[in-house]
Amino acid sequence: MDLQELWFVLIVVLWSGYFLLEGFDFGVGMLLPFVPRNESERGAMFESIGPVWDGNEVWLVVAGGATFAAFPAWYATMFSGFYLALLLLLFFLIIRVVSFEWRDKSESPRWRAVWLWANAIGSTGIALVWGIALANLIHGVPLDSNGDYDGNLVDLFDPYTIFAGITFVLLFAFHGANYLGLRTSDRLEQRVGVAARRLSLPATVVGAAFLIWTIVVAIDRNDKDVFPVIVPALLGIVVLTFALLFVFAGRSGLAFTMTALGSVLAVATLFTGLYPRVIVSSPNFANSLDVSGAASAHYTLAVMTVVALVTLPIVLLYQSWTYYVFRARITGEDAELREALSGPTGS
Amino acid sequence: MSALASTTVDLARIQFATTSIYHFLFVPLTLGLGPLVAIMQTLWYRSGDEAWLRLTRFFGTLLLINFAIGVATGLVQEFEFGMNWSEYSKFVGNVFGAPLAIEGLAAFMLESTFLGLWIFGWNKLSPRLHLATIWIAVLGSWLSGYFILVANSWMQHPVGYTIDKTTGEAHLTSVWALLTNGFALRAYVHTMLAGLIFGSIVMLGICCWHFLRGHDVDLFRRAAKLALIVAVPVTLLQLVVGNRFGEAVTSAQSMKIAASEAQWNTCQPCGFSLFQIGGFTEDDQTPKFSITVPRVLSYMATGSFNGEVQGLNDLQAQEQSNYGPGNYMPNVRVIYWSMRVMAYMGVLMFLVAALGAWLYRKRKLETARWYHWTALVAIAFPYIAATAGWVLTEMGRQPWIVQGLLKTDQASSPSVSTAWVASSLAFFIALYVILGVVDFVLMRRYARPDRPPAREELPEPVATY
Repeated sequence: MDLQELWFVLIVVLWSGYFLLEGFDFGVGMLLPFVPRNESERGAMFESIGPVWDGNEVWLVVAGGATFAAFPAWYATMFSGFYLALLLLLFFLIIRVVSFEWRDKSESPRWRAVWLWANAIGSTGIALVWGIALANLIHGVPLDSNGDYDGNLVDLFDPYTIFAGITFVLLFAFHGANYLGLRTSDRLEQRVGVAARRLSLPATVVGAAFLIWTIVVAIDRNDKDVFPVIVPALLGIVVLTFALLFVFAGRSGLAFTMTALGSVLAVATLFTGLYPRVIVSSPNFANSLDVSGAASAHYTLAVMTVVALVTLPIVLLYQSWTYYVFRARITGEDAELREALSGPTGS
Repeated sequence: MSALASTTVDLARIQFATTSIYHFLFVPLTLGLGPLVAIMQTLWYRSGDEAWLRLTRFFGTLLLINFAIGVATGLVQEFEFGMNWSEYSKFVGNVFGAPLAIEGLAAFMLESTFLGLWIFGWNKLSPRLHLATIWIAVLGSWLSGYFILVANSWMQHPVGYTIDKTTGEAHLTSVWALLTNGFALRAYVHTMLAGLIFGSIVMLGICCWHFLRGHDVDLFRRAAKLALIVAVPVTLLQLVVGNRFGEAVTSAQSMKIAASEAQWNTCQPCGFSLFQIGGFTEDDQTPKFSITVPRVLSYMATGSFNGEVQGLNDLQAQEQSNYGPGNYMPNVRVIYWSMRVMAYMGVLMFLVAALGAWLYRKRKLETARWYHWTALVAIAFPYIAATAGWVLTEMGRQPWIVQGLLKTDQASSPSVSTAWVASSLAFFIALYVILGVVDFVLMRRYARPDRPPAREELPEPVATY
């Protein structure tokens, strides 16, 4: 494997890490308006991801930065081409970020409701836009002979790309419900379980359909063979089916593992279908941007490889430790304690 | 270039200026307040004195309110290179992308993860481990600043690269040269000191607000002492460092220094213009009125009281012979005044800090009401100075986006229409105004003196892990 291929794989790893981790944060956000019944339960749901969401979001920052460094043309074309979609995404990202820090800064019910909805809408919107954006890479967007985007916002919407957006939303909602199944207790845990069971079938069916559709798109629009795209796709379908079974068996730990794998395999299927291209051009397929055309020179990739090999394991180590520290199920008292701590000088 | 294309570039520039200046209103306070909060927690950890714990929580809350917007607006900055400046991104990606990626992986990841541990770890970690988390988060934020300034400094003073013959793009040849760019190291010290000035001056102002209302005076006297211990040396040091940074700029970007002094003709020795009316355009090179201190500019720009400083006219001629016809001078009026606003604010902040230290020694700090008002007003000074500093740095580089290598008007995204940039600019301004108002209201609410802290409600952090 040469360095360009390695970096394509590393970009996939970074996106996978982002969706595996931040995916359940999005899911928790989406469930906020529907699952909790009182302020203490809402606090517990925020608490379940409070310590980790920010670290999880950095996976996106790194995915973006790594694409900039390793594949400048990919970063340049994608970010300028998907301009208005990314603008919308930034709106969702921003309202969600501030909702975490600002919600508990006032006791007014209206204030809290505003930031709860900001989090829910932000989480849903981010999943939707990323689904649409990443699906467009493989479905194809109009590129000119310089590799610049030559279309408008409407060109990003197609039944397949919209379906991808919906898939991301459902998949992460399901993933988030499974995460909450591990972190909540008492009545909230029961209601989270109900949500997970309700979400399991639609998420699995839509997820499986998306994976199959992605194989078709890869063959049809990106000149790929069935193999190897079918491998992650089939694995994804199997994993999601197991998630469904585990949810009904009441095994939330295993169900969470399966939706985590499912998120990774969905990303893997998209990018396996995309390789060796990074953005498919449609209708002029010849204008497609590929790995070697978009990649940085050998020296930059070599430097970045050393950096990634040294830092990624350390990051994984301390982020895992964070999950270990916050492994306990959250009870009503935890949320109240946190409330008491969050005020100025503890008031 | 068509008029429409130049409008697109102008709008994209206004957008980058707006969003990056806004981002940098929040970042330096995080950089400076972070270590101060960590010091207060350390003092609590070592002495067991509950006052330091209360101060840690008080200023920690302000730190977090502020941090949230820094994160949110930082995402915009990362996206904006690709969105509005795709030609730039392709040209510099090989070089500039690397420090950005490393920043995320090695620094921001550390800061975000450990800040989460700090916020939620009070009753989950042992006091020692919990103390370590805030220090690691601070380390992350300071590392983060380093990598960002390495990236920015490469735009000011490109090193360790070659221009690829086939693609015409910049390729990295030495990562060591990139990371030890003298310009970057000086910019880093200058910026981190600015962060500490933000932290200490804002903290001092808030303490004085509490003195003014006679609220919890004993508690805030301790915080004020800490703020002054940091502010006095740091504001003084910044005057020296800022000056040395100016020397680095002189050798890398002579045009920027000449413009910042409105120095049209080469001079030796050169006087420093304190204030002038007129003399800011090519057609009007001689000021109608000016106050000048002899030889000081020579010293500031070169380190010698007899140094030569090249004038705008000579530099313009040199640039034209190097790069072909065109205007290579930035907006002299803006650069001249941004330099002065920054420097004068720097001096004022030192005076405010020194005066505070003198009052503290005289045991009058808690009673001198006129000083309380002064310190409250001085909260604005670091914000004004930092904004002026970035205007000087970035507008002073024009017409280049990467000094000597790529011009700004060749760097924008060809696929992005004027309407898109205009609408995104309107969008960011609207969103940022709302965020700014909410942030201000929250900061004020959590900093204000008339919210009595209820000590008995404060649970002791316990080690369960």
